[in-house]
This record gives sequence, C-alpha cells and structure tokens, in this order.
Amino acid sequence: MHASVRQAVSVNINPTTVTAGRETAAPATMRMNVNKVNFFYGPKQTLFDITMGIGANKVTALIGPSGCGKSTLLRTFNRMHETVRGARLEGEILLDGKNILSQDVTQLRRRVGMVFQRPNPFPKSIFDNVAYGLRINGSKLPIADAVEKSLRHAALWDEVKDHLHKSAYELSGGQQQRLCIARALAVEPELLLLDEPCSALDPISTAKIEELLVQLKDLCTIAIVTHNMQQAARVSDYTAFLLMGQLVEFSPTPHMFTTPSDPRTEAYITGRFG
Amino acid sequence: MNARLRWRKFVSGFMLSVTGACAAVAVSVLFFILGYLVYHGGSSVNWAFFTKLPTPVGESGGGMANAIVGTAKLLSLAVLVGVPIGFFGAIYLAEFSGNGIIAFVVRYAADLLNGVPSIVIGIFAYTMLVLPFKHFSAIAGGFALGLMMVPITLRSAEDFLRAVPRALREGAMALGASKTRTIATVIVPAAYRGIMTAILLALARVAGETAPLLFTAFSNRFWSHGWNEPIASLPVMIFTYAIAPYDDWHRQAWAAGLVLLGLILIVNIFARAILSRGGTILR
Amino acid sequence: MATTITTVPGAGPISGSRAFFRKLREGDEIARIITFLFAASVVLVTLLLVWELWQGSVLPRHKFGFGFFFTRVWDPIAEQFGALPFIYGTLVTSAVSLLIAVPLGLGAAIFLAELAPQKISDTLQFFIDLLAAVPSVIYGLLGVFIVIPLMREYIQPALKRTLGFLPLFQGPAYGVGFLTAGIVMAIMVIPYIISVSREVLLSVPRDQREAALALGSTRWESTWKVVVPFARTGIMGSVFLALARALGETMAVTMVIGNTPTISASLFSPGYSIAAVIANEFTEATGDTYLQALIELGLVLFLLTFILNGLARLLIVLTSRRGAGMGQT
Repeated sequence: MHASVRQAVSVNINPTTVTAGRETAAPATMRMNVNKVNFFYGPKQTLFDITMGIGANKVTALIGPSGCGKSTLLRTFNRMHETVRGARLEGEILLDGKNILSQDVTQLRRRVGMVFQRPNPFPKSIFDNVAYGLRINGSKLPIADAVEKSLRHAALWDEVKDHLHKSAYELSGGQQQRLCIARALAVEPELLLLDEPCSALDPISTAKIEELLVQLKDLCTIAIVTHNMQQAARVSDYTAFLLMGQLVEFSPTPHMFTTPSDPRTEAYITGRFG
Repeated sequence: MNARLRWRKFVSGFMLSVTGACAAVAVSVLFFILGYLVYHGGSSVNWAFFTKLPTPVGESGGGMANAIVGTAKLLSLAVLVGVPIGFFGAIYLAEFSGNGIIAFVVRYAADLLNGVPSIVIGIFAYTMLVLPFKHFSAIAGGFALGLMMVPITLRSAEDFLRAVPRALREGAMALGASKTRTIATVIVPAAYRGIMTAILLALARVAGETAPLLFTAFSNRFWSHGWNEPIASLPVMIFTYAIAPYDDWHRQAWAAGLVLLGLILIVNIFARAILSRGGTILR
Repeated sequence: MATTITTVPGAGPISGSRAFFRKLREGDEIARIITFLFAASVVLVTLLLVWELWQGSVLPRHKFGFGFFFTRVWDPIAEQFGALPFIYGTLVTSAVSLLIAVPLGLGAAIFLAELAPQKISDTLQFFIDLLAAVPSVIYGLLGVFIVIPLMREYIQPALKRTLGFLPLFQGPAYGVGFLTAGIVMAIMVIPYIISVSREVLLSVPRDQREAALALGSTRWESTWKVVVPFARTGIMGSVFLALARALGETMAVTMVIGNTPTISASLFSPGYSIAAVIANEFTEATGDTYLQALIELGLVLFLLTFILNGLARLLIVLTSRRGAGMGQT
C-alpha cells in the first residue's frame, strides 16, 4: 500500500465529494486511481472525463441507469475492454500508483479479479474451477489447501466440501456465483470487481452474496456495479453515480443516499428516472 | 515479470504461430491446386479443346467438346430433377407444415440423403434407371446428380423462406391474399436471391461429381444424341485420361481439370458475392 | 371451420362470398397437397434407396451371410467374395487421413476462431470454403501427377530410412498405397474439420473466455484450457463428419491407392477401399453374384456413413445445447 497516495489525488470534476465533519471523508488510501478517463467504442464516446478513486479495503459501488457506462468503466479496471474490437481508452488508471495500461495485462488480471453478471463456471469440477487460476499462475500453498481457503472465503466450503469432484454445473445459480467468487479469490487479487453479480439470482442467494462482500473487505478491495440502489446502500462504503458516461457524484454511501449533493443524483435515487 | 510468466507468454505466442501455420498450410493447398492446374493445363486449354471430339487411342490432338456439352446436358437434367423437389418441398416445410412429425421426417430424410456417399447414389440410379433398360443413359446420370441436389436445395431454400419477415406475410394476408398467392407473389420473390444462390452452389457441387456417373451416364467418345445414350462428361474424362498411359491424354486431363475447377470456383465466388450483398444466411 | 355468418336464403352477395372462400381454401389445399407430394418424395426416394440396396444384394447376403465381412478372398472367377480387404483399406486410409487432418484442421480452426484478427479470419475462411468446393477428381489428378511421384521419390524413401524399423514403413515404395491415399484424403477432409470446428468454437459463450482472461490467463491458456474443452463434444462431431466424408471418398482414392485387394501392415503397400472397388469393378462385373456383392459393399458404406453422420450431428447439437443451458439454475 502506498501511503503517499492521498485523497488530494482524487479530485472530482463535477460537484461534490465530501462534507466536512463526517467520519469518513474520501477514502484514506486509494487502491486504484482513475484519472481523466475517456472511453470510445469506435467513433462513439461512452465515458467522459472520469476521475475517481477506489478506496483500499472498502466497497465502492457504481450505480446509474442502464447504459450510463458503469459496466464499461468497471471493465477498464482490469483491461477487459481490450477484448472488444474498436474499444479505445484515454487517460490514466493507476493501481497502487502504477499505470495499469503500461503493465503486462496478464499480470494485471491476476491482481484485479472479476466476477461476471451471469455465473460462468468452467465445464470442470468444482475443485478444478477454483484451482484453475492457481494452476496457471502458480500457488504458494498446496493447491488443495488454497482451494479450501478460497471456498471458505466465499462461504461455499461447507456446502461443497464433500462434492469437490462434481461438475460445477450441478450447483444452483447462487452457488455457482459463489463458486465464481471463490475462483476469483483463489489467486489472491488486491482488487475484486463484480459486475452486477446478483442480477441473475434469487433474493436468498443475493442476500448471501451481499453478506459475503461485506466480509471480503478485509481480504481485498471491492468495486461493484449494481443497478439495485438498495443493494448499493446495503453493502458499499462509497458510491459513484454515473449518468450518460459522466461521473455525477462520488461520495460516502450514507451521504449519497440521505443528502445527495447533486440534483440529478437525488432524482435518480428517489426514482424519478432510471 | 517473473520467469514463469515469461514462459507462459512465450508459449502463447508460439502457439499463435503454430496454429497460424496450420491455417496457412490449409489455405495454401488451394493455391497449389490452382497453380498446378494452370501450369500443366493452361497451354492445353485451346480452341481444339472446346470444339473437337476425342481422337482414337494413341492419336494426339482432339478435344473434349462432347464432354463439355455432356456435362451441360447432365446438369440440366439434374436441375429438372433436383430443383422442383427441393423448391416445392421447401415451400411445404416452410409454409404449410410447421414443426410437426412430418416436417421432422422430411428433414431427416434430406439430411440422410445428403450424407449418402455419391457412389452409393450412383448404385441406386443404376438399379432404377440402368438395369431395367439394360443400357447407360444421360437420364440415369442426370437423375443421380439431381438426387444429390435435392437435400442442399431443400434445406437452403427452407432457411431462406423462413427468413422472410413475418411482417411481409401478414401484410399480404391482411390485404386478402390467399396463402398460395402470398407465397407466390410475396414470399418467394423475397427469398428469391438466396434460393437462386443455393441452387447455383448445389449445381457447382454436383458438376464435379464423377463417381455417380461411372455406371449411369458412363461415357462416350462421340456425340451423344438425345437423352437415352451414354454420355461423356468432364469429370469422367478427367478420370479416364489421368489414369491412362498416354501423355497427350494427361495434358488434356489437366486442361479439363482447369476448366472444370475454374467454372466451379467462379460459380462459388459469384454465388457468395450475391449472398453477402443480401446479408442472408448461407448453408 | 364453421362460419358464423347467418345466411338469408337466396341472398346473392353472401352465397357468392361463401363460394369465394371455398375456392380460396381449395386453392390453398391444392397447393398444400402438391408441395406435400414433393416433400414426401424426398422421404420415398430415401426409403427406396435403402430398399434397393438391400434387395440388390440378396444373393451374396444369403450365400455368405456375416462371413462376407471377414473373408479376405475376392475372387470373381470362383465367385468368392469377401469384404475384408476393402474394409481394411477403407479403415486404414481413413485413420491415416484423420491422424494428419485433425491436428492440422483443429489448429487452423483455433487460429481462425480464437486467435486471428477478424479480417484475416474471414478471408482465410473464404478460401477454406472454396477448398471445400474442389471436386474429388481434381484432387485425384493432383494425386496421380504430383503426390505419387513425390511419395515415390522423396517421402517414402525418407520414411524408410528413418522409421523403416516399423512394419508400417517397410516394403517397396511404389508411390501408390495406403499412405498416399491417406495423405490425399487428409487434404480433402481438412476444410470440413476447419469449418465445423470453427463454428463450434465460435459458439462457445463469450463469458467463458472472459472468465479465463480475467483470472490472468494468456490468450493461449484461455483458448486451450477453457474454450476448447468446452467445445470438445462439438469438435468430436466435426471429426466424425470428416470421417463420414472420408469413408465415401471415391475418385481421389481410386486414383492413388493402387487398386489391389491386399491386407498389409505396411502403409507403402497398394490396397483397395470399398468405394474404390465399386468404382472400378461395377461396370466389369459379370454375373449377378459379382454385381450384387458390389452392391452389398455399397450397403455397408451406406450404413457406416449413416451411423457416423448421426453421431456427429448429435455431438454438435450437444455442444450448442450446453452453451445455451449453462449457468442457469
């Protein structure tokens, strides 16, 4: 962790961050800094001058109506946008002070993990799914131990410990998503990205995963995209509100949801559009 | 970057080259084929080739005029057999039957027929049209080739008919047109381009078939009159000449190969060009 | 279909419209019947084909029974017919062709589907499609004049020098034979493996690949360890399809295999395949038993390709099913 990175770096262009007097202002330490990021799909620009930070060991939520660019932004954090032809990124994204765009992408993706909207386990056993990242990247612990550790972190161990060799597809949707979380956690990422992880799940599985996220904070930093505002309010410490590719407001969650600084934020939160 | 990661990236780049080489090798075969055909046969594709009949064994000179005409005749017969069955059958599948058991059986039979080796189709045509009449004929050959066209035409035409948007159909029917009239005046014209290219591609496919002709149309060193006589065809001539011991015949076999492949490739490229402009599905 | 129009007896326009509807429906009925007949003819012809193959091989079936498949002797004069040499030749050449074509074809398909930029992939696929359109007899032409001399002068001697201790590569090198036929067949079959495998690979859901990349895989790792295993049933299907085509391959094989009903461990030996013997001897067959033995071989070929094609289609459907049903509770 680079203690030299201070909140002064994360200046927002659009109004508002923090009100003085609250216990948590902008996050004390930033795991990731996004500086003036502009994003293009071919000729069309979809993100405009985004500058924000992801606080270390905190949960940061990205919210906004459909098409506002929150998933696009999230996917730049581990350079997944590069899998799409015609996608272009301008600006800087720093992970612990170093620009991720000039790093080796394979290495980056080990440090920044991702969980997708629909559970997407590999056509392998539960064990092999979690072990996949360990096998290609190398593991400090013996693989079996590392797999158990991850499954425990993902609150799935007790349910699958006697069935590790079974196909991942035999699990329910909620279990499969927790398996994907375990799979991502296995390589010990510093930052975990979740792209609407509960949108394909039932309420009970959703609740389990939300509980999980709050506990995972101690392990790694979390950034989550969600279209469900109540979920953002429940799990996150900081929330960023995006609208049409622009960052409208970025503040501590309690502040954003009770006294938002921007009228557009208030309109979205109170359901006047979205 | 540690050593392990360096190795993994190396492997990734290496495999990119290896698989790329596989693709290059596969594609280069096409150019080798064309190259050899042009090299060996180019000079022999002359006026004599197109206008003269084959000369007696051992004599040089002569051409394949009868084989060219023969292939044309056989293909016309094939179209007469294959296209109506394929086209009207496709109309039944796309417009009248839906997805019931009859449609399933018909499609299954078509797929089965498609997978039958062409020589077995030749055997079938032999038992149906050669054995009873005790002689080879253009009709038997054309029937065999037509049979091979049926599954391709049927499935492709069905796909193109189904692809016509509902809105067009409903528009016509709302104006009071009967189903038949809708099909004839709206749906078929809309699918016309795709169906034509499917027929062209099927033709290009059967134009090169040799095996089914070996004991149906057989061959003929002279002009074939009418439809009931054995008839020469380009593919069979290529086969016969290539395995014979005469250099002059070899030369002509190359020329015939060049002409045959040239025609087939031109039709293929042409058909695909039409289709891609239309932006419809290609089977 | 009952109409709910109440008719006033003798009212002109209404009875006129009833007649109109009837004619309309009848026109459609006629069209339905006619098109049905055409569609049905496909089924009839297929059934007829199987029937003719069955009936047309009655003599040897009764005379030899199942022994037909295990007898080595093919002696038309003595009227002894055994299919073993042809089955052997067909299997050996198919095996050789698959051994060459599957790695090459799969490698190329992986390149086209996963690794190559879109434009290159499309251009190369275009050429592959053209390759698939080249007729068998043209491959045969090249086989006779290019491949056979190449085999005889360079490849077979080289194999003999290096691997001659194996029975596979022993015996005189004539240029023709199982190996040559297998190589020519491999060249013919590669475009099919590439096209079908490429489609199967492209149908693997995006997020499988993305999940692998997001875990820090290299391009190759995500392809080889995730995408290809996901598509493995479909790829097997493409291999079966290619095999089915290879089995039915007649002309190119006839021109390079040597046309001798021999069973030999050596790949340099001339041999025969089912399709080749039918092609060569059908018009020369004297006597009903001879001809019908060839027809029975045709029946065997039909059954083999029927089973393989069926399996292939099943496997391909299973892969796409899996892609669609994945991740759902």
